[in-house]
Amino acid sequence: MSFTNLTESIRIPKIIRVIPRNRNIEAWLLVLAVGLFAFELAQIQLSVLQVLRSDFWLYFLPFSAAVIAIHFVLRIRASEADSLILPIGVVLNGLGIAEIYRLDLHTELIKGTELFAGKQIAWTCLAIAVAAVVVIFVPSHLFLRRYVYVSMFLGVGLLLSPMLPFIGKSINGARLWIGIGPLTFQPGELAKIALTVFFAGYLVTRRDSLAIVGRKVFGVRIPRARELGPIISIWVASLLVLVLQHDLGTSLLYFGLFIVMIYVATGRSIYVVVGLTMAISGALVASRVADYVTSRFDAWLNPFDQSHYDAIGGSYQLVQGIFGLAHGNLLGAGLGGGLPHLVPLAESDFIIASLGEELGLVGMFAILALYLLLVSRGVRIAFNHNDDFSKLLAVGLSFVIALQLFIVIGGVTRVVPLTGLTTPLLAAGGSSLIANWIIIGVLLRISDSMGSGQRVIGAVN
Amino acid sequence: MNRELRRVSIVIFMMFLTLFVATTSIQVLSAETLSQDQRNVRSVYDSYKKQRGSILIDGQPIAYSKQADDVYHYLRTYTDPMYSGLTGFFSNYQGATGLESAMNSYLTGQNSAQFFEQISALFSGNPVTGASVELTIDPVVQKAAWDALGDKTGAVVAIEPKTGNILALVSKPGFDANLLSVHNGVDSTKNYNDLLNSKLDPLKNRATTELYAPGSVFKILVATAAIESGKYTPESTLPNPVKFKLPGTNVYVQNSGEGKCGGKATVSIADALRFSCNVPMAQLGILLGQDVIRAQAEKFGFGKSIKVPLTITPSVYPTGMDDAQTGLSAFGQFDDRVTVMQVAMMSAAVANGGLMMKPNLVETVLSSNLAALSTPSPQQLGSPMSATTAAKVRDMMIGAVARGVSSNAQIKGVSVAGKTGTAQNGQGEPYTLWFTGFAPADNPQVAVAVVVANGGGMGQGGRGNSLAAPIAKKVMEAVLRK
Repeated sequence: MSFTNLTESIRIPKIIRVIPRNRNIEAWLLVLAVGLFAFELAQIQLSVLQVLRSDFWLYFLPFSAAVIAIHFVLRIRASEADSLILPIGVVLNGLGIAEIYRLDLHTELIKGTELFAGKQIAWTCLAIAVAAVVVIFVPSHLFLRRYVYVSMFLGVGLLLSPMLPFIGKSINGARLWIGIGPLTFQPGELAKIALTVFFAGYLVTRRDSLAIVGRKVFGVRIPRARELGPIISIWVASLLVLVLQHDLGTSLLYFGLFIVMIYVATGRSIYVVVGLTMAISGALVASRVADYVTSRFDAWLNPFDQSHYDAIGGSYQLVQGIFGLAHGNLLGAGLGGGLPHLVPLAESDFIIASLGEELGLVGMFAILALYLLLVSRGVRIAFNHNDDFSKLLAVGLSFVIALQLFIVIGGVTRVVPLTGLTTPLLAAGGSSLIANWIIIGVLLRISDSMGSGQRVIGAVN
Repeated sequence: MNRELRRVSIVIFMMFLTLFVATTSIQVLSAETLSQDQRNVRSVYDSYKKQRGSILIDGQPIAYSKQADDVYHYLRTYTDPMYSGLTGFFSNYQGATGLESAMNSYLTGQNSAQFFEQISALFSGNPVTGASVELTIDPVVQKAAWDALGDKTGAVVAIEPKTGNILALVSKPGFDANLLSVHNGVDSTKNYNDLLNSKLDPLKNRATTELYAPGSVFKILVATAAIESGKYTPESTLPNPVKFKLPGTNVYVQNSGEGKCGGKATVSIADALRFSCNVPMAQLGILLGQDVIRAQAEKFGFGKSIKVPLTITPSVYPTGMDDAQTGLSAFGQFDDRVTVMQVAMMSAAVANGGLMMKPNLVETVLSSNLAALSTPSPQQLGSPMSATTAAKVRDMMIGAVARGVSSNAQIKGVSVAGKTGTAQNGQGEPYTLWFTGFAPADNPQVAVAVVVANGGGMGQGGRGNSLAAPIAKKVMEAVLRK
């Protein structure tokens, strides 16, 4: 960080900071990331087809072009932005495309028609473009704070939209329009960003009153009923999502996100205690009451039980995914060498099982390490930023990636019950890609402002 | 806020740590168990991808995988039903038996002996080719045994006494394993059921897993026990009535064909063996006691399952018998049950001066690049008797062939040691006919055991000497002609 200190101490105006060192590091890492993508594509073609086909370029070029484009957007519009976030996103997204392409090649072999890689490339380019738009049109980290309540309406609207028959139709319409078979636009993916913005804005303004404590009961200070209002409404909303949309994952995701953000904002661990109690009791009640949740729990606890294995909506997919992972063993079957197509939804919900089978434990560790690095960059932004709204936003967006990953991969590896969330950046599906690239865009934008003049004031303090 | 952020970081780290642990647990720790789950078809697909090793005799395949133009890539092919008792079958639908099952880890290339090939396969992407298994079987001896049994139901085992190497292992009737390896589940299953329901039971391995009443071949064991006890010599005499009343019963033991066993008041153990007399042997058994006989049986390997590497069913000497039952068991009746392999091992131990070698079918295991992965060396299973005892038992067995009731195993110019057996299986049931022995008696090249089941088609009309001994003779000749 000597460089940052240097620029700060001599206070060169931002406009003539001509040494975009972060961008140069990023450029080298991107060369590696794109090279890795080329290597993956080539290996898959050689392994499955035994030859390199010219459609290699069809997959390679658009992706690389999009990556180069956003790199130059960053050079111009956010030259001080974090240098690792974009390369990590590129590696993960590229790996996802490669594995989806690998599954496509198998579909081709058996003369199937449901192909995903082309669409995934198209969505990726669009998603990177959207991230670029975020970097260009969100001028500063404070910009989003103006839209806190808009975000709330947007988030809640997106989240609840599948429940409404009318909007539900429009989603069907959108699905036809993008033409992605059973995987449709998931408004929940975008809702998580809008809600994170809302939570950050709301908590920054209300944190003081939320942090004020009420009576002491058994040595624990209980917040006043008024302050419990927000957490209860979010809890009810999450339960509604669970009951009406049959989505345990989304429900857990929002609730977990809110608990963490309210804890970071107020520093009051009682919210965590109350929140966890509510979450666990909610889940327990749901597991008794809702058939959907009950069967998920059964499949989770005893997946190898033959009756759960055979049941419709039972543990078949989970068990096949676990078999796939086990088949990968330590070093994996190699890209193109495994049998990932044996698992239903191998390209989306179970992409991590597909990758685990072909890349082995080594590959899984590498993927998890990349995510951990991505999340830790986000948390680092939260640590170093001096603006509380940005801090909350950065930690919220980072945590939502970490939690989603935990719920998805934990679901596949039987840590938690299996849910329908997507693996960020890896899984096939447009809405998920766009949402996660928006997160990347926002994180890049916030990180760029860390080195701005305000920091010097902070240092004087 | 940073204090809270630090705690959130720890939570995030713990979540990732959980995922690291969970994937490790699935991908490494329980990978083996998961790969063996019946519902996991991946290992099956994997086995199709690589060429299974061959089973060879003198370098010629008796079972091999040839390329096929279907999803299975390779078709398992068998050259001759004569070897079905060795190879067993390998079927995509019915599983595997015989050596296909016993040597599976080598044949599939998954044995730890191929560790370095497996590692290099990880990087090259080429699957490990299975190793080939070269057998100790002598094709000439195998053919002689197969032909000599003709269309009779039964089995032959021939062992080289000094090494334990199995020269011939035949179970009849054999079956065409190609019927089960077909790449068509319907055909394979139909063929399997046909074989399973056939009255001839071709899927049974009569040399290694089927148990038979030993009849008089068991007398070798009792005579050995008697001489090993130090209280008897081959010349020791026993009372020789025409009938012997079993103690505590009204049942009389008679000699075969109501023979008088020399017709004198007493008879030596050697003559009892030579004429195969039941009356003196029953008395000798009772005098020795079941514990002494059982101890001797266990020294020969009764009650123990061995792998040659085909799994041999343990032979049985009953427990908790009264004197009457002990008397019957002493000439191989009552509940004595033996495999042909066990009887051959017994003869081989006598032939080898009392040292019993472990029977073995595998000469060497060759990797696809012809490196020897495993070359089993002769292994001693035990010493069921002293060399002196072995010499005495040998001499008695020579007498049985040269001047006794096992005469049909005589080979011109060669001294043969042997013993026949004709076991009763109950009222009206066909006899089980036996011969076991070795040749040349002074320098044994081969020990052999032959069983002819179902009376050889003659009900109670056949005898060990008339049906089993000539088969053994042909097998021994095939070895000696070399």
